[in-house]
Amino acid sequence: MNTLPEILAARKNIIVDKWAEAILSTYPHESLKFLSSQKDRFANPIGHAVRSSSEKLFDELVHGNDVEKIRASLDDFLRMRAVQDFAPSEAVGFVFMLKRVLREITAQEMTGKGQASFQDELLNFESRIDSMALVAIDLYMEAREKLSRIRIDEVKARSLLALSERQS
Amino acid sequence: MSESKLKPEELAETIKYKTPNRNWMDQKVEMKPGRFSHSGVPKSVEYLQLPNPRKWQPTDPDWQLPENWKEIILEGLRDRLNRFRSLRVFMDICVRCGACADKCHYFIGSGDPKNMPVMRAELLRSVYRHDFTLAGKILGKFAGARELTIDVLKEWFYYFYQCTQCRRCSVFCPYGIDTAEITLLVRELMNLVGVNIDWIVTPVANSFRTGNHLGIQPHGFKDSIDFAVDELESITGIKVEAPINKKGAEILFITPSADYFGTPHYYTLLGYLALFHEIGLDYTWSTYASEGGNFGSFISHDLMKSLNAKMYAEAKRLGVKWILGGECGHMWRIVHQYMDTLNGPADFLEEPVSPVTGTKFENTTSTKMVHICEFTADLIKNGKITLDKSRNDNWKVTFHDSCNPARALGLIEEPRYIIKNACNHFYEMPENTIKEQTFCCGSGAGLGTDENLEMRMRGGMPRANAVKYVKEKHGVNYLGCICAIDKATLPPLMEYWVGGVEVGGVHELVGNALVMKGEKERTTNLRGEPLDGKME
Ligand code: SF4
Ligand code: SF4
Repeated sequence: MNTLPEILAARKNIIVDKWAEAILSTYPHESLKFLSSQKDRFANPIGHAVRSSSEKLFDELVHGNDVEKIRASLDDFLRMRAVQDFAPSEAVGFVFMLKRVLREITAQEMTGKGQASFQDELLNFESRIDSMALVAIDLYMEAREKLSRIRIDEVKARSLLALSERQS
Repeated sequence: MSESKLKPEELAETIKYKTPNRNWMDQKVEMKPGRFSHSGVPKSVEYLQLPNPRKWQPTDPDWQLPENWKEIILEGLRDRLNRFRSLRVFMDICVRCGACADKCHYFIGSGDPKNMPVMRAELLRSVYRHDFTLAGKILGKFAGARELTIDVLKEWFYYFYQCTQCRRCSVFCPYGIDTAEITLLVRELMNLVGVNIDWIVTPVANSFRTGNHLGIQPHGFKDSIDFAVDELESITGIKVEAPINKKGAEILFITPSADYFGTPHYYTLLGYLALFHEIGLDYTWSTYASEGGNFGSFISHDLMKSLNAKMYAEAKRLGVKWILGGECGHMWRIVHQYMDTLNGPADFLEEPVSPVTGTKFENTTSTKMVHICEFTADLIKNGKITLDKSRNDNWKVTFHDSCNPARALGLIEEPRYIIKNACNHFYEMPENTIKEQTFCCGSGAGLGTDENLEMRMRGGMPRANAVKYVKEKHGVNYLGCICAIDKATLPPLMEYWVGGVEVGGVHELVGNALVMKGEKERTTNLRGEPLDGKME
């Protein structure tokens, strides 16, 4: 019977892949082929961001305790989701998809021998995912606020111009 | 069922993850705030004598269209299919190879399939098939045909005002299909029934009324040029001349109005003034041709033609020999690709020759209009100006190829040559994001409105992504460009995605580095910021 840390280490690639795939499936299905196959980070920044953020975030959840690093990886990604066609819950919801993936991957351990202690471990890990979701909500809001601030600045600059024009 | 009975995975199912898989024709457009621009105000629509002036907004259920709007559009399409052979070819020859599909910055930044250029064109092509091809008439949806309905018109509005006419897609199309042309035509069709946006119609109305997008009147224009002259004097100690409407000058200089009213454009204006003084250019500004931009090209061929004609009428009135054009984007596309058939050739002007170096600009034989970057690069090449690169040492520069100069004019090397001669630190962005493959700012073709900000941030994301890369790798802090729309819309783009990168023109860098005879020691750059090692 493997412990959760062992499983997370051994099955990292498949977990990250499945998570990234789940995140990508929030984009329109006609675009999926491109988003998941084009590997050039400049030709396909969404696909690249999904892949690199999911891996970095997973590593931080498993090994690290560095909130700043989590923030940085989430930030790039949420800034993107904040201007795309998503409701706030959809923009942030990708975090919880990791839970679903983990439960799928560990279905055997969840019901097998020693399941009680395994479930405890998983619940603990899941609460880390929950905390990450809270950070994601903050970052999503920051991005939206930034957008409104930029917009207000543009409106202000434009009305100042109109005003100076009227006075000249 | 109480929530506590739900297993976590069931709970997870209540969140909508996957997008539905539906035929694109069945998906209606949802107009959400932040993703479209406001409609043209009646006053400007009337001023331009365009059809159907009224108060309306794209979110209104009723767009108050003329009763026979559908016939008007279909008739308009028939007429254009006859007039523009290219349109019929574009409608018929696309083999749906998909080479263009993933090349549009709006698609890359959003993942919205209707932003694939091939799909964007399909929005029109489906209607074309329905009404103008036999297969479409008989087989309907099976042949990719659909009827023009109000929902289709709304979809056109949404997606054809989400195309910046940047022409990146056309670079990759083996048949040379130019989606920007299709966008121009669909916008023209929509204008026949009064479906337009204000950030286009009002600047065009202003251009007709006062000569420029902002509606600045001649005295306002003169004030801002005078102000710039004073400011340049306080930085360099030299009072330059800036003649306005001077008859018999050798050269007429035309630049976007934002250059004398917008920031950071203004620093480029200071650069022009310094340069023209230093080489003793016999030139004039014009209060009537006080706009290089031509938003008319975002509405129709007719308006594009009239606004383009205005520049040449003014050159004639002032009796100049040729025209020098500033750092502008689509003005160059129009001059280079349309001017000849619209209003040209400009036979009453002389073939442009640099009065300083004697170089003949043979590429401008018919338009008689020279790009400032060609002009300046030629000065540098012939050793006619002295540049002190160290005055730009506080900038680590990268260059954004503005779409129109790069793709329509092929102006790729000149700006780089100038930058490398004016700065010590220059770093290119990745190859597939510059030159002919440059990514658009995401706000061109009249889409740079504040209400459309969210869409602009999507469309500009691929550009910002490449800037972020060179910022992290080389510490880039100056994004150079040669287009007024870029200068207005890249700063918010940088603020949102990157941070810590200023936007400015190429001639701002020239103005900083230019060693002027009799100048005082420069302690600041043209922005008034202290030069490294000077002051403080
Ligand atoms: S012209 Fe530019 S904005 Fe328009 S579809 Fe092509 S790539 Fe996209
Ligand atoms: S590249 Fe040209 S032929 Fe191929 S799908 Fe695009 S428009 Fe059609």
